[in-house]
Amino acid sequence: MKKMRFSIYRYNPETDAKPYMQDYEVEIGPKDIKLLDVLTKLKAMDDTLSFRRSCREGICGSDGMNINGKNGLACLTDVASLSEPVALRPLPGLPIVRDLIVDMTQFFKQYHSIKPYVVNNTPAPERERLQSPEDRKELDGLYECILCACCSTSCPSFWWNPDKFVGPAGLLAAYRFIADTRDEITSERLDNLEDPYRLFRCHTIMNCVDVCPKHLNPTRAIGKIKDLMVKRAV
Amino acid sequence: MGVPVRRFDAVIVGGGGAGLRAALQLSEAGLKTAVLSKVFPTRSHTVAAQGGISASLGNVQEDHWQWHMYDTVKGSDWLGDQDAIEFMCRTAPDAVVELEHFGMPFDRLENGKIYQRPFGGHTQHNGKTPVQRACAAADRTGHAMLHTLYQRNVRANTQFFVEWMALDLIRDAEGDVVGVTALEMETGEIYVLHAKAVLFATGGAGRIYAASTNAFINTGDGLGMCVRAGLPLEDMEFWQFHPTGVAGAGVLITEGVRGEGGILLNANGERFMERYAPNLKDLAPRDFVSRSMELEVLEGRGCGPHKDHVLLKLDHLGPDIINQRLPGIREIAIKFAGVDPIKEPIPVIPTCHYMMGGIPTNYRGEVVAPKGDDPEVRVNGFYAAGECACASVHGANRLGTNSLLDLVVFGKSAGDSMIKYIREEMPTWKDLPADAADRSLARVARLDGQTGGEEVADVRAAMQRTVQSRAGVFRNDANLKLGVDEIAQVADRARLLQIKDKSKVFNTARVEALELENLVEVAVATLVAAEARKESRGAHAHDDYPKRDDDNWMKHSLFFGSDRSLRYKPVHTKPLSVDYIPPKERTF
Repeated sequence: MKKMRFSIYRYNPETDAKPYMQDYEVEIGPKDIKLLDVLTKLKAMDDTLSFRRSCREGICGSDGMNINGKNGLACLTDVASLSEPVALRPLPGLPIVRDLIVDMTQFFKQYHSIKPYVVNNTPAPERERLQSPEDRKELDGLYECILCACCSTSCPSFWWNPDKFVGPAGLLAAYRFIADTRDEITSERLDNLEDPYRLFRCHTIMNCVDVCPKHLNPTRAIGKIKDLMVKRAV
Repeated sequence: MGVPVRRFDAVIVGGGGAGLRAALQLSEAGLKTAVLSKVFPTRSHTVAAQGGISASLGNVQEDHWQWHMYDTVKGSDWLGDQDAIEFMCRTAPDAVVELEHFGMPFDRLENGKIYQRPFGGHTQHNGKTPVQRACAAADRTGHAMLHTLYQRNVRANTQFFVEWMALDLIRDAEGDVVGVTALEMETGEIYVLHAKAVLFATGGAGRIYAASTNAFINTGDGLGMCVRAGLPLEDMEFWQFHPTGVAGAGVLITEGVRGEGGILLNANGERFMERYAPNLKDLAPRDFVSRSMELEVLEGRGCGPHKDHVLLKLDHLGPDIINQRLPGIREIAIKFAGVDPIKEPIPVIPTCHYMMGGIPTNYRGEVVAPKGDDPEVRVNGFYAAGECACASVHGANRLGTNSLLDLVVFGKSAGDSMIKYIREEMPTWKDLPADAADRSLARVARLDGQTGGEEVADVRAAMQRTVQSRAGVFRNDANLKLGVDEIAQVADRARLLQIKDKSKVFNTARVEALELENLVEVAVATLVAAEARKESRGAHAHDDYPKRDDDNWMKHSLFFGSDRSLRYKPVHTKPLSVDYIPPKERTF
């Protein structure tokens, strides 16, 4: 059995004056394929090691973390692909609750700020509102977001202004509702983003695109929002 | 004890599909509602549902709720309650249209209506020909639905308690439910949440098995709390094995793959389901397909070096269909099976997926328990919906896509029942008993004080090995008897769980230990109920009693944890408005 070395960010506010990196060595068996498999094994060895996880198949968005310097989901990361010692840190830029667990309040606050729901004040028909397959296709690449925060916490603009810049995840969601033919408040949504910070702090650094575990493209969505703003200005 | 008390009209435990749908009902009615969730709501396991939500919209072919009802009754192997099944199937079209109005991104047909695909056991004319009834958002229907419901709750200003784990149900001297205790994970503090009505929407408990499609969080917390509070669990012997879990990894591959035209092959390259189910073939219900697959493996026609799985072939659908309708599946196959289904088949095995049993309720979402001669007396102030509840619409085997439907239909109906109860029967709160928090405090204090006991990971592994080996797809008397003894030993060990982490802030070791206590209650109920049922019905396939026995066993089991005893109650044979569907032989 092969042994692998890990260096993991540890911080328990009750006992630690400051954070430190703890080294672990762990045997990698044939069933330890994903990083989350190894973390689960480490947890059985040292139950104080704290991290979030749930579905273990990349759809719930719980186990985002910084893996060898790049944000990703532990459950989708192949252990074999990682160089040693594997450095695991919490998602950058958010307050740390404990170990790999961050306080995501600010992230969700920004998501909530874009009114993440379809607004349609026309009385609903008896049956479904119709939408053509082409119009529905506009939502592909947008609605699949799992709110793992890998993108926003890899974005320097979000690090500097997490309270003012909506961030890639929130802006991707904003465009998801703008693009939905059933939504009636596009102009209000654009007003909500027309601000030096909320939208325009995106400097197309594209870290978000690079790290998204669902292969979504927030930068493109942000570009489309900017296009709509230009269009309505002329 | 100085445990802080917070007071609400309603407390909902669980932020998945059922909890969120109920929350919407209560928030929009203006009631002060708290939704507790162990995880941020969109991380609940509803998010992992893939294939669809059923409703007889008839967007592709002629369909009627009565046909949906027939399929569900037959799928349940006549253990489902026909009043609840009628209620669900009749309500389904409105429930799905409502989700669409909420903004759920369903796939669309050329005419702009919701796209529907075929699914296992969905038929026209009571079993004659397959029908496209599963309303889908690609193969991410659960994700689309859960996010839409969360978003709608943001709009309704629902109050969430995120990363709060409910610990115990609080009942007063009359047995009425008056609240729950809960652990705020970030601080480690325990609270009493005092309520006029409590809804459990705590989801499944598939983690009692070693191989499961379920998330880590599916630990049967609501069921554990019920057992500790003296309430029964219904039909716990019935666990669904999904035919297509990725071999080794356990990750789910939707039945929608077969709905879109995928087929199962054995080592000889034979489409073996044609032999077992000449009419519906690969789209027979799940219990039926899982048994057929298991038989292929047992008879030496399994694939791979260990001949231990079969293959799910879909490359013949072509890249366009796969990328458009099954993109998530392609991703999962590449990531977890190491194969690209556009080119190669996916190795699959039947994997524990869904709990048909649960907390006994009626179709109004009210929890019921026996009292005197009446097997179904309402437990005042207590409601349950979704996978943790047993209405029972799924009986002995659930049809694919009826789970998402169950969540929204019964989430809403439970919410409505709670509103009515709070407004008409509860002008004020009932008093909390003096010992409201004692059980929870004692559980946590024992964990904090325990040294030299049993490791959580060890006991969990022992439980999962037992359940996996003794209560699998095929069961027999000798094995089940061993299982009952073994799980009793596991339960003894679970009383001595120890954790090394004694800190308060986000102590996930403590959470895992408390979860394991709940899982063990569920595992005991499962083995005791399975050992007692001397027939084969739906997912309970018994080698020593291979036939369904309606004379003796067309009844629901009720498990009581205090003395691990069983009682039984009749199946509801009276639908609400249509004729009873009498039992028939179940062939496909």
